Amino acid sequence: MQIRVQAEAFDLGTEVDALRAGRLDVGAVASFVGYARDINDGSGVTAMTLEHYPGMTEKALAALADEAAARWSLIDTTIIHRIGRLLPGDPIVLVAVASRHRGDAFAACEYLMDALKTRAPFWKKEETPDGERWVDARASDDAAAARWEPS
Amino acid sequence: MSLRVLYFARLRERFGMAEETLDRPGATVADLVAHLQARGGVWAEELAAGRSFRVAIDQALATPETALPEQAEVAIFPPVTGG
Repeated sequence: MQIRVQAEAFDLGTEVDALRAGRLDVGAVASFVGYARDINDGSGVTAMTLEHYPGMTEKALAALADEAAARWSLIDTTIIHRIGRLLPGDPIVLVAVASRHRGDAFAACEYLMDALKTRAPFWKKEETPDGERWVDARASDDAAAARWEPS
Repeated sequence: MSLRVLYFARLRERFGMAEETLDRPGATVADLVAHLQARGGVWAEELAAGRSFRVAIDQALATPETALPEQAEVAIFPPVTGG
């Protein structure tokens, strides 16, 4: 498991190569990259700053990866989340999951992003033409995370 | 014996502090929140019933019923918006 919280950018190809390195049993890698957008809630966004809770963030992300590994048949997982000031087009988050078969990798990757959105302690503050504003949590993110709960 | 209480993001800005040290004001998370609400002003406003915020005890998400340890790192923050 690779969990990183960093200011620096990351490269998807490099991270997928590292995830697969020396493991010929990997038959599938599913990955998700989230990017900073230049528009949100109807107004232009010129930059955003990501704050987090050092210590809890890493624990929360590791707990999510453990949950995914218990639920699906996974070979390894990488989660990288950036902090600090980002510009539109910058990558924010990477989740990559390696497994033998695609079904486990697809499902675990989607689960990890949905769970990260509601449980990992990060907060976004946007810079807009009208000034700075904290991003509000979305009900749709809670609904997405709730899909994975046992019914 | 005391609680180290951390505030993040919008709540840190509204409260005008990133952290403080408190004597344990009661047995549960709800007791701590009531203690902070009683300060009035932005504290009463931001921590009012119906406002959305999260509490973590020793870096794990807690509920109002969660017991407050004698000594702990407590964090109060808005719903998360990463990813």
